[in-house]
Amino acid sequence: MKKGSTRGRTLPIAAVLLPLGALFVYVMMNSGPFAPVSVTVTEVRDREISPALYGIGVVDSRAVHRIGATSPGRLLRLDVHVGERVAAGQTLGAMDPVDMKERIEAQTAAVRRLKSVVAAAGARVSETAARKEYAETQARRYENLLKTKAVSVEAADAKRQERLVTAAAWSSAHADAEAARAELARSEADLKALLARKDELVLVSPVDGLVASREAEPGTTVVAGQTVLQVVEEALWISVRFDQASASGLGAGLPADIVLRSRPDEIFPGSILRIEPLADAVTEELLAKAVFEKTPSVLPPLGELAEVTVRLPALPEGPVVPDASLQRFKGRVGVWTMENGLIAFRPVTVGRRDLNGFVRILEGLSGGERVVVYSMKALTPRSRVKVVERLGGDDA
Amino acid sequence: MISLARRDILHSWGKFVLTGMGLGLLIGVTLTMGGVYRGMVDDAKVLLDNSGADLWVVQRETLGPYAESSSIYDDAWRSVSGMPGVETAANVTYLTTQIRRGGEDVRAMVVGVSPGVPGAPGRPGYLIAGRHIARSHYEAVADEATGFRPGDSIRIRRNSYTVVGLTRRMVSSGGDPMVFIPLKDAQEAQFLKDNDSILQQRRRTAANPSLNRPGVPGLLDGVIASQSGNPYVNAVLVRLLPGADPEGTAEHIRRWMRLEVYTRGQMEEILLGKLIATSSKQIGMFLVILAIVSAAIVAFIIYTLTLGKIREIAVLKLIGTRNRTIVGMILQQALALGILGFLIGKISATFWAPIFPKYVLLEVRDAVTGLGAVIVMCVLSSLLAIRVAMRVDPAEAIG
Repeated sequence: MKKGSTRGRTLPIAAVLLPLGALFVYVMMNSGPFAPVSVTVTEVRDREISPALYGIGVVDSRAVHRIGATSPGRLLRLDVHVGERVAAGQTLGAMDPVDMKERIEAQTAAVRRLKSVVAAAGARVSETAARKEYAETQARRYENLLKTKAVSVEAADAKRQERLVTAAAWSSAHADAEAARAELARSEADLKALLARKDELVLVSPVDGLVASREAEPGTTVVAGQTVLQVVEEALWISVRFDQASASGLGAGLPADIVLRSRPDEIFPGSILRIEPLADAVTEELLAKAVFEKTPSVLPPLGELAEVTVRLPALPEGPVVPDASLQRFKGRVGVWTMENGLIAFRPVTVGRRDLNGFVRILEGLSGGERVVVYSMKALTPRSRVKVVERLGGDDA
Repeated sequence: MISLARRDILHSWGKFVLTGMGLGLLIGVTLTMGGVYRGMVDDAKVLLDNSGADLWVVQRETLGPYAESSSIYDDAWRSVSGMPGVETAANVTYLTTQIRRGGEDVRAMVVGVSPGVPGAPGRPGYLIAGRHIARSHYEAVADEATGFRPGDSIRIRRNSYTVVGLTRRMVSSGGDPMVFIPLKDAQEAQFLKDNDSILQQRRRTAANPSLNRPGVPGLLDGVIASQSGNPYVNAVLVRLLPGADPEGTAEHIRRWMRLEVYTRGQMEEILLGKLIATSSKQIGMFLVILAIVSAAIVAFIIYTLTLGKIREIAVLKLIGTRNRTIVGMILQQALALGILGFLIGKISATFWAPIFPKYVLLEVRDAVTGLGAVIVMCVLSSLLAIRVAMRVDPAEAIG
């Protein structure tokens, strides 16, 4: 009876102890250091990869014309507003001429006066010429009369002296007339200069373009060379910057996809126009210009950020692994290969990569190996691994 | 002899199991608390492990980059690369911030790393989904604890980043999950002010007569441009050549570059001894008290269990059972209870540990120590009970 009662109680004991023991073993094997590391593996395959470069830049106009005064002064008026299209030669505004009108009037009057002076000088030349001619005639006449002793030597000398005096007076009048003419020419040139200066006070567009900014308003005093208006030509390009470390293969003419920050869902086809000969040493970036294949119908504002993805020619086929499988172990970069459920580290030499996370292996793998891609922990050669389909995330 | 303890346990099986479960849950809590403490220390260590660095080059006279803020010029890494013993040097920035995920905030540490170089210091070592950062802008690799999935979009300050990969156990010393983004974006995220501040700064600069002189057009633009630049990073992570002497290289950099350098050991000292010192001591203190209380409760339970059987023991004595048999019975019962409790405790701790918001590290060493402590406590408390049992008068059985 005793035995029976003991046996009758075995069931509840087993019901508690067996699951408990099993659970404990399960817990010890699946957590802590004895637990296997879940990994996913993939096969190394030969395939071609198309590397791509990624840079960001800003929308720029090919030419920006900064229009301003050539001499200091006050801005009188501006005829155009930002966003207006202007034609080459169109008047955009004017500087305050201040006393320009009066100075031109004064100069015009001066020219007029000098013209009179020139006329008066001409008259004096005529007068002295007449006097000189009369004095020469008289002198000749007295010379002949002296030979016949009809006049005294004194009278003849007087006439000769008169001839010399009138000749000198003629020369003087002639010189005066020359001076007056030169003065007139100078004055006329001054007038022309003033008129040219007056033209310079008008701001004129040098090209057909778009008014991009008004940087001073009428009434502002600007210094010589200060920008008042910016006129841009409507030919756009994108000044792109590429990280120097990952820009190998970048060249002019490569196709590029351009995405504007304000229109993230639209991809504009384009191409690289040129690589700038000067790189940016401070930001460690290469500079390039990308152009739209077809300018967007709605022009993006200048200065808007754009993302440019440059597609490089595909590389010939070779072993390729996902970049997540590249790991570092004992100071070397390599992959964990998987054979018969055991893992081993194999150092590799890495080649080009594409933007989808695939890396070309130059040395170390020949294709066909199974390599670990994702793992729940950093691996060591002693790690026990369990291969699973996926670890986390949706596109594992 | 053995049957005596077994039979007694069987006699009150339900009571035994229930007591064992109560005891087990208590042990489970103690083990978990130990795990919380270990997890806290492990968070700090894993931060150093994951950075993959042998040396940390930071601003002079700071304990950066984790314990204090530090900023150095972003071209310092080039000079560091040239130092003897250095294999690679990489810029890194750290910024703890709230990032939005759907309708809620996630606290995360945003780490700026140089994209593209496999195995570079600072980069996550292994992934559990997706791929590493390939573009030099607007991509992110997030820790799975942030709750993001590949393809999600993270907004950090002004830009949004596409999550391209997931990693695991990449946390800051405070246990906040990390989000890796390209270095240039991270520099911007860290130092670029929001648009309102930038506008206000421009306005303020424009209002300063010495920076906005009417006769010097372009001066204001130049000043503003210089204000918005950011040539700083928080630290340079250095990996040494195999066999290089960390302290020698560190001393060289300290001497010639006038920067502060920490080795792995010093960094661990800073993190454990300074950064998480008080909070870990706090948890440690609580753990000690909890362990003492648990031990006391285990002792009391076993003691009272034995006292509850004092009449039966008297009967045993009366029928002439040897003392050794009685002692064995009490001891075996206590040990059985302790081991049952430990099993339940270990299982429950393992099951509820992953639910904790921060990392709980259940170490085997702690479990073994716990088992040892439970056994010692059981033996000690049963000794007390045995003393009472030995003194019991057989007459009580009939009195």
